[in-house]
Amino acid sequence: MKETGVWMLAWRRFKRDRLGVVSLLVVIVYAAVMLAAASGLIVPDWGNEAGVSFAPPTFLGPEEESPQLASMADGSQPLADYGIADPLAPDLAEIAKSLSGSASGSEARALTLPLGGDKWGRDVLKKAVKGTQTSLFIGLAAAALAAFMGTLFGALAGYRGGKVDDFFNWLYSVFTSIPYLLLVLAIAAVVNSKGVLPVILILGLTGWTGIFRLVRAEYMKHKVREYVMAADAIGASDSRRMFIHILPNVSHVVLVQLSLHVVLFIKSEVVLTFLGFGVGVETVSWGSMLAEAGSELLLGKWWQLTAATVFMALLVTAFSLFTDAMRDALDPRLK
Amino acid sequence: MLAYTLRRLWQFIPTLAGVVLLVFFLFNWVGGDPAYLLAGKISNPATIENIRRQLGVDQPYWVQLWIFVRQILSGDFGVSWNTNETVANIFRTRLGPSLTVLVPLLAISTLLAMAAAMLVAYVRGSLTDRAVMVTCTVAQSVSILVYILVFQYVLAYQLGWFPVQGWGVTFADNLFRYAVLAIIVGVAVSLAPDIRLYRTFFLDEINQDYVRTARAKGLSERRVMWVHVLRNAAIPIVTNILLQLPGLLAGAFLIERFFGIPGIGREVILAVERSDFPIIKAVTVYVAVTTMVVNLAADLLYKAIDPRVQLK
Repeated sequence: MKETGVWMLAWRRFKRDRLGVVSLLVVIVYAAVMLAAASGLIVPDWGNEAGVSFAPPTFLGPEEESPQLASMADGSQPLADYGIADPLAPDLAEIAKSLSGSASGSEARALTLPLGGDKWGRDVLKKAVKGTQTSLFIGLAAAALAAFMGTLFGALAGYRGGKVDDFFNWLYSVFTSIPYLLLVLAIAAVVNSKGVLPVILILGLTGWTGIFRLVRAEYMKHKVREYVMAADAIGASDSRRMFIHILPNVSHVVLVQLSLHVVLFIKSEVVLTFLGFGVGVETVSWGSMLAEAGSELLLGKWWQLTAATVFMALLVTAFSLFTDAMRDALDPRLK
Repeated sequence: MLAYTLRRLWQFIPTLAGVVLLVFFLFNWVGGDPAYLLAGKISNPATIENIRRQLGVDQPYWVQLWIFVRQILSGDFGVSWNTNETVANIFRTRLGPSLTVLVPLLAISTLLAMAAAMLVAYVRGSLTDRAVMVTCTVAQSVSILVYILVFQYVLAYQLGWFPVQGWGVTFADNLFRYAVLAIIVGVAVSLAPDIRLYRTFFLDEINQDYVRTARAKGLSERRVMWVHVLRNAAIPIVTNILLQLPGLLAGAFLIERFFGIPGIGREVILAVERSDFPIIKAVTVYVAVTTMVVNLAADLLYKAIDPRVQLK
């Protein structure tokens, strides 16, 4: 008879949690969107100025423009004052047309876009999808980096004890005595370069402390267990005991923490980018969309704010609910 | 207790040394030569050399580190690179506005969150409980930026109930006019995570034996919840607030920035934007010290409230 593994059991428990399964599906859809956008399968043209400036969402219908502008864009002659034909009229019409159309003048600009347009007439829906790629990737990559560092440091400190433990505890107390966002800002001030990679590094290198503490405690608990002693007795090396024997037994802690940190880092990226220390201007993320949305709101253009908020809230909610369900499934004693 | 306090204070030294090293490493090594930053676009070698000498960055690293340590010990971080205001003066004048927002914000959000958490913990597992929890999860997933933008736009800009931003002269004017919307936003943002956290504190207590005993004695539910459970759950809540405090002081920067409140947080943002290293260095070191002191205070308070707690 084949034995059911611990992961299989966890998966069965997880499947019973309907909310958890739904949120997992949502997360998978987002991940697929991220991969598709990254590979250029969808929205390669997010930067195109497809619509008129601040094109409203389609369900609102096109905005009423001032008739004069519209007529100039149509290329029709303006009213001939004093009965004299304006010699520059055809040229003016041409300029007006090329100004309102795309730069090359080859394609016409849409009056409405599915979820509206931004200041330059870029499609907000496409921006939000492209922003998903940036924000989710930063969250995942930074969380992976933080989890890697936290697990490695925690394993060393908890397993070795003594001087090694003292050193990592000291590092931990140094990093935690500075509030997280202050530390992130201080590093951002120093690094002073924008882009996806700096953000991942800043968030990941500062965010390992929580994972470290939990993993360290787990290793201290596990290293005196019989199975580790048995591994020692058959001559398994220290690193083999640490990462082959103990790590699978504490990996559920790491997994839950990884998931929690993805959410934390997605939120942090948004704030960092908003403040101007995140991804650069040539990249779109939910943070950069919110940064534009602030001034747009004053003009009554609410759609970019709404799109970025809904895209982000849906993912973060799903991720949080998925994390809760995963924790319940992996550790049935907690309830 | 005294021995414990002294030992903890003794442990401050290596941690603080670590913070100093980290900040020094960041700003004097990673940060590059500040002289080019200060000299501006039009600069000649002589100006740069002058600035380097003034700041001491032409010295070897150990001398620079010693200068930094002296600055920390004397509390004299020099002047802001942008405004020439002394760093000490900046702190003195920015602390008041920060606290004007922070203290009412903490008080209101804590009371509301405690009440809501106690209620949902009492009806745990019910539809109300689950609805509140899901609402909190959703509310938490909306960025703080959205709260600020929407509240400011709707309540201040459209409805005109509050000034959009600004800061007055008198304390009463600030507290009852300019700080109100900032406090409302702060409460709205912190409510959801607080309710979730405090709910777990209440749940921990509700499942304890003493609660069953209190019920078995025939005490009213009201007395069980408000006297027995609340008092015990208040311990981790108070500790939690204390631990949040230093982070909030520097972390309220988004709110302070949007509402034009001249507090510490806004100063940090301005300093980061202008690469004003003396201010960032001073804030980081002082906030770290505050965090350590507050952590110790929280542990001592824990012991004072609950004599069973063993301090190691």
